[in-house]
Amino acid sequence: MSFLVALLVLPLAGALAIVALPGQAGRAAAFSAIAATAAAAVALAASVSSQGVLRLEVGGWAPPLGIALAADGLGVTLIVMTATVMAGVSLVARGTFAPDLAGDRAAFGFWPLMLLLWSALNVVFLSRDLFNLYVGIELLSLAAIGLVAIDGKAAALAAAIRYIVFALAGSLLYLAGVVLIYASHGTLDIDLVAVRTPSAPDGLALALMTAGLMAKTALFPFHVWLPPAHAGAPAPASALLSGLVPKASFVILMRLWFDAMPDRASDGALVLIALLGTAAVIWGSLAALAQERLKLIVAYSTVAQIGYLFLVFPLAGGTSAGLPWAAGAWTGAVFLALSHGLAKAGMFLAVGHCMAAAGGDRLSAVRGLAKVMPMTAFAFALSAVTLVGLPPSGGFTGKYLVMTAAFASGQWLWALVMAVGGLLAAAYLYRPLAMLFGRGAGASPVPPSRARQAVPLLLAGASVALGIASAGAYGILEIGRPPAAEEGL
Amino acid sequence: MSALTLYALTGSAAIGIGFYGLIAARHLLRRIVAFNLIGSGLFLFFGATGARGGAADPVPQALIITGIVVALSASALAVGLLVAHARVAGRVVLPEEEDGG
Amino acid sequence: MTWAFDAALCALILGVAFATVLGRGVFRSIVFFIVYGLLMAVAWVRLDAVDVALAEAAIGAGLTGVLFLTTFGRLARNVSDDAAPGRFHLPAALACGGLTGALAWAWFAMPAPVRREWELPPAGVENPVTAVLLNFRAWDTLLESIVLLAALIGLWMMARDGDWGNRLGLPQHVRPGGVMAGFGRLLPPVGFLVGVYLVYVGADQPGGAFQGGTVLAAVGLVAAMAGLVRPPRIAAHRWRVALVAGPSVFLVAGLAGAVLGAGFLTLPEPVAGTAIFVIEVGLAISIAVTLVFLVLGPPEGERRE
Repeated sequence: MSFLVALLVLPLAGALAIVALPGQAGRAAAFSAIAATAAAAVALAASVSSQGVLRLEVGGWAPPLGIALAADGLGVTLIVMTATVMAGVSLVARGTFAPDLAGDRAAFGFWPLMLLLWSALNVVFLSRDLFNLYVGIELLSLAAIGLVAIDGKAAALAAAIRYIVFALAGSLLYLAGVVLIYASHGTLDIDLVAVRTPSAPDGLALALMTAGLMAKTALFPFHVWLPPAHAGAPAPASALLSGLVPKASFVILMRLWFDAMPDRASDGALVLIALLGTAAVIWGSLAALAQERLKLIVAYSTVAQIGYLFLVFPLAGGTSAGLPWAAGAWTGAVFLALSHGLAKAGMFLAVGHCMAAAGGDRLSAVRGLAKVMPMTAFAFALSAVTLVGLPPSGGFTGKYLVMTAAFASGQWLWALVMAVGGLLAAAYLYRPLAMLFGRGAGASPVPPSRARQAVPLLLAGASVALGIASAGAYGILEIGRPPAAEEGL
Repeated sequence: MSALTLYALTGSAAIGIGFYGLIAARHLLRRIVAFNLIGSGLFLFFGATGARGGAADPVPQALIITGIVVALSASALAVGLLVAHARVAGRVVLPEEEDGG
Repeated sequence: MTWAFDAALCALILGVAFATVLGRGVFRSIVFFIVYGLLMAVAWVRLDAVDVALAEAAIGAGLTGVLFLTTFGRLARNVSDDAAPGRFHLPAALACGGLTGALAWAWFAMPAPVRREWELPPAGVENPVTAVLLNFRAWDTLLESIVLLAALIGLWMMARDGDWGNRLGLPQHVRPGGVMAGFGRLLPPVGFLVGVYLVYVGADQPGGAFQGGTVLAAVGLVAAMAGLVRPPRIAAHRWRVALVAGPSVFLVAGLAGAVLGAGFLTLPEPVAGTAIFVIEVGLAISIAVTLVFLVLGPPEGERRE
């Protein structure tokens, strides 16, 4: 219980401390908050795996009057993944955003924005109240936009403006759906909505909320804002933006379609969502193939990988709910989300090191860097293993589960999409890898310290380890999973 | 048509008008104004639903106040981005919409 | 008779909304938006939501309007972009018409409200909206105060590196003896009283930290624009403490509840009223300072000081 509160409060307290305390004292407070929150994340995971779902009614008021928080398997695994990524990013960012290197402004602003982002993520992963989720994703978006614009370059500012237009439109569509639900049922709590008497506007509410959240998750065709925004931000920020931020809106979508209104999940709608995911996979991969800049390749890769996540909807919802393959599909999607978060963060941090060493991120500039920075190049390669979905990585486990479910349910199209996606990922990741491990470095690059290079390697390694040690995560994910995904393969 | 229905329909219309402004306007400041239009239209719709059934429901009112504050925060950040972008790029429209009509 | 008033008000609101979106000229659009906000405030009074009316008038129309006007002023000095709303976009118009139609349909298709009587448990305050904001759904309000701060930090990141040590906002030049200078003498004392009163009375009657804090922010802005006070620098310590005072007090109150065994953000009945008042005072201070800084903008301008 207290760990739940700590996860919400500690990052907030850290952000407040940095604003209130000057210079060194503020940064020290920030690092303490980061360490403490990471510890709380692990402790919460341990509590949940031994005690089951942990619920907290804030202020002692039960829904529908008050707000309920709950730590279930899905939330807790994402929280631990977030904490891992945040710890890694903060280690790297200590160097990237040192005051003498990045200027006082960015050195001040990165930490509160990062901590507020973390707090917002924890809010979304733990909340069971639809309006509370709205406030959470608003906080998430505002902090993310601040991080995109932190460099101040024209391209980054334009990307941030595009991002804010999509993010705000998405939030309003989501809020419109929340309004309809409260007006029809008098409650905002997901579990109470699940037991409501269905009413006519429910379908419209779900459609509006889904449209808004798809815009925030950058699902095709609402993806145009993501690549320039993630490419324009500094590398530690991009790691957070690509690895973590889209997972929040995705989790809300999961909760809406599987926990709150599973009865509204018509097969047609579910297939449409998966088709959009398919389009995202194809489009993002093809666009990544055409890019000349490392960061844009990685950013378009995010667009494609997000598409995978949406294939779970027809496999675990609607008429598939409760059938033997639904659990596998649901778990597989979560594994994909977890491993993508770790691998993408590691990849962006590795790219950041390459850019710092080579002075730019054009593919031609990073030729031969593997000789000078072997750890970083290996980290990039390991992340690629997960993103392509090769065994024994977490990406492979996720893909395996989803593809098995697709074949078992007869919806083999999605398995085909995943297979094609894997091939395309291998194609667009081959070029950077070939450059990195190629011969002939350009001007003599200055590699970052080995300690800093270790971070992306550890993150990428974690995404692979997730596949090797998947039983632990599998077990936790069973706690509190929606009834739709209860049977096992 | 009861008074509440009037307000609800006005709110719906304001949402539609606002979304049109958000999509169709090129000048970014007009887009942010349109976004605020959507927000207050949605709040009006919400308030009308809360005023049904005799006494006014305080929960929608509280949520609307929260929403108004959140909308202001977002608007402030958005106009800050506008000004910074205009300073660097010299235009107040997004790059892909610069030429043509 | 009252129906006629409502109908006329709604027609006006829609007309002004159209003018905002379709009219020529950004400045005209902003002015219509402010009018729209004030008409909305009247609508809120008609819907028996006076707290919302105060918030809409102060924040939605007032502060947002000021924000847009100052932004327009900044942009006018930089660029001379198009003022026309642009060509008519048929697909968008159809989609938006569809959205309006869908929401209208939803209004008629909604089931009748589930509850008739609003039996709220005792919360320490008489104003039910304050009770919801600061007791039943306090976690939302705490996060909301953090959202304000997040926007401000993001805004500060828009400053140029070289300007980081300057005072916030652009330097103001005021003609001595002019209208602004006159307002600067008259409005702040009155505004201050109104703002403090709104915060104080918000527990039992319409008002509260957000409304009162916004009025206090307006006082600060008038004083700054009239040249009475100079905006602080970001490094100024006490202003940064003022920024975090509200959320910090809120957090401390919440954690005190957790530590004393009652639960996170639980306000036990005997102390609920006092606790809410203390939190509201803290919030009002932070909201006022944050809103002033949000409107003033990031540090910029010439370096002569």
